Amino acid sequence: MLSQTMESVTRAYYARSDLDLVLSSPVSTRKLFAVRTTAVALTSMLLACLLASPLIDVLAFRDGPHWLAAYLVLAALAALATALSVLMTIGLFRTAGPKRTRLIAQIIAGIVGAGFIIGIQAVAILSIGNMDRFSVLHSPELIAAAPSAQSLLWLPARAVTGDPLAVVVIAVLGFGALALVVQRTSGSFARYAIAAAGVSQAQVQQRPAKPFRKASQRQALRLKEWRLLRRDPWLLSQTLMQILYLLPPALLLWVSYGQSAGASVVVIPVVVMAAGQLAGGLAWLAISGEDAHDLVVTAPIKPRAVLIAKIEAVLGVIAVVFGPILLLIGLGSLQLAAITGAFVAISAGSATAIQLWFRAPMRRAMFRRRQVASRAATISEALSSIMWAGTAVLAASELWLASIPAAFAALTLLIAWALSPKGKRV
Amino acid sequence: MTDLALDISGLRKSFDRPVVNDLELKVRQGEFYALLGPNGAGKTTILRMVAGLLQPEAGSIRICGIDSRTDPVAAKSIVAWVSDEPMVYDRLTPLEYLEFVAGLWEVDARLAEQRAHELIDWLGLKPHANQRCGGLSKGMLQKVALAGALVHDPRLIILDEPLTGLDAGSARQVKDVLKQKVASGVTVIMTTHILEVAERMAERIGVLAGGRLIAEGTLTELRNRVGRGNTTLEEIFLDLVAENTSADAAA
Repeated sequence: MLSQTMESVTRAYYARSDLDLVLSSPVSTRKLFAVRTTAVALTSMLLACLLASPLIDVLAFRDGPHWLAAYLVLAALAALATALSVLMTIGLFRTAGPKRTRLIAQIIAGIVGAGFIIGIQAVAILSIGNMDRFSVLHSPELIAAAPSAQSLLWLPARAVTGDPLAVVVIAVLGFGALALVVQRTSGSFARYAIAAAGVSQAQVQQRPAKPFRKASQRQALRLKEWRLLRRDPWLLSQTLMQILYLLPPALLLWVSYGQSAGASVVVIPVVVMAAGQLAGGLAWLAISGEDAHDLVVTAPIKPRAVLIAKIEAVLGVIAVVFGPILLLIGLGSLQLAAITGAFVAISAGSATAIQLWFRAPMRRAMFRRRQVASRAATISEALSSIMWAGTAVLAASELWLASIPAAFAALTLLIAWALSPKGKRV
Repeated sequence: MTDLALDISGLRKSFDRPVVNDLELKVRQGEFYALLGPNGAGKTTILRMVAGLLQPEAGSIRICGIDSRTDPVAAKSIVAWVSDEPMVYDRLTPLEYLEFVAGLWEVDARLAEQRAHELIDWLGLKPHANQRCGGLSKGMLQKVALAGALVHDPRLIILDEPLTGLDAGSARQVKDVLKQKVASGVTVIMTTHILEVAERMAERIGVLAGGRLIAEGTLTELRNRVGRGNTTLEEIFLDLVAENTSADAAA
């Protein structure tokens, strides 16, 4: 909830869609801020209530209507999360400035969201040995470590079960915090929104000029891609997030097999899968996210050469990121390093191929929407990475079973190719 | 060796309706040619086909004698395209952008660097040369895009509404650069809705309507065509378009 509201509140400050019109109109910015913040809180409330409704309704039906208080608690918590998000965003504006606030807020939102899920899964895996988040909540270790039943920390839980006093306290706390934050901070909204709008104009950072390099057409394209990738903070945060999500399965593998089979069983699939995921993101940026599409098309270079240069740029980054990891694996076993390296290349190549088949020119800024733009590409990219990861670990164990996930990976690629627009097939 | 920088013959293109109809257009080398027309006349479509951004359905396009359909790479190597939306990268500096463009057109690095600095100076971009393009204004970006078009020393420069959004000072700089290029033998073809610019700068003017060239010539020739001795290009243009509309309606 906090993750979602942070994202929404940040967007409210930075989205320019109608803000220029509204800020230049004779509408009070206090009112505007109050409306926008309330809208964020309401959206969060609705989403939380919608997601929890099957559970709450069944509990209310089977155990009594007192469970319906959970809706009020969720709404109050959404209001509290919105208030906290507004405070955090304003705090970031004051400390980090408008230029960095958006990026830091998005990273915090991602870490809060991912950290919660990954944290519970990690605890569950380490203590129980599986990824079931509910098992850990029932575990004797957690129950022993939990605060006493009288602790105020249980107030939301008591409120959910219908304790009237707890419900009132939570509601007052949540809605009161939101009202207070709106009332105290709405005056600064216009100031921060205008500061956020001026971010692009304020980028006056001078970079020292370097002499022009002698480069072929493909080298020029690769150099441009690498420069753009290196300077893309969004890409870095998104990539880190993708790799972060791979940690629980790695932990699970370690707990399940790692002790007997060695670290390779954990490292190989995680590395192979991460390579696929990273290559997919990079390939989208390089191939579809071309901001000067007209320039590249009007250049005296064959389209095929452009694509090859872009693929080289992507695979170059993969080599730089995964080279040191392969080197470390190689210190233990050259054979394992060779197998991992081969599957890193295959997984990255597959993800790149999928992005190539589904390429569609878009602004780089649309990176976050790439998964929505083509669900077929997203699903097949994830599936092929998973399958190649499975193949790699089984191949490393010299099991003939490796051919099964390999066949599935090949099938995934075939289906993705068949689903891709005909003109884009290579 | 042909003296035509652009030779278009029987060019056709349709989207949901015909946009370019059997177009015949010839522009001489070293000429400043303005292509005018009401919205939807097909100006941008024609120029995008010349630049290689769109494929024609029929007809031929020859750039300095090179058939752009059979040898697109050779044709593109002597053409520069500047659109009304500057095609630059937010995270590159103007100098890095020019280095990239020079690399794409395979210009020698040392020569490209020298030209890039000259262009940056010429277009008044020196204070921003090492600043990321994301922080530049629309006018600055348009000048960066123009510098990119000139860094590979093209023989034909195609500009689609290059002065849109530029302040008077920037517009003057762009016009001066284009005049100097024409004086040095480069051909410039430009679309614009600012008719005063076409009137003052272009040697010949083509007026398009419904995907066809309805009139072409020098300003004097166009004045003679509408039968008004000392009138402005704006009035000539409006007369020609109105005449064409009535002819179409009658047909």
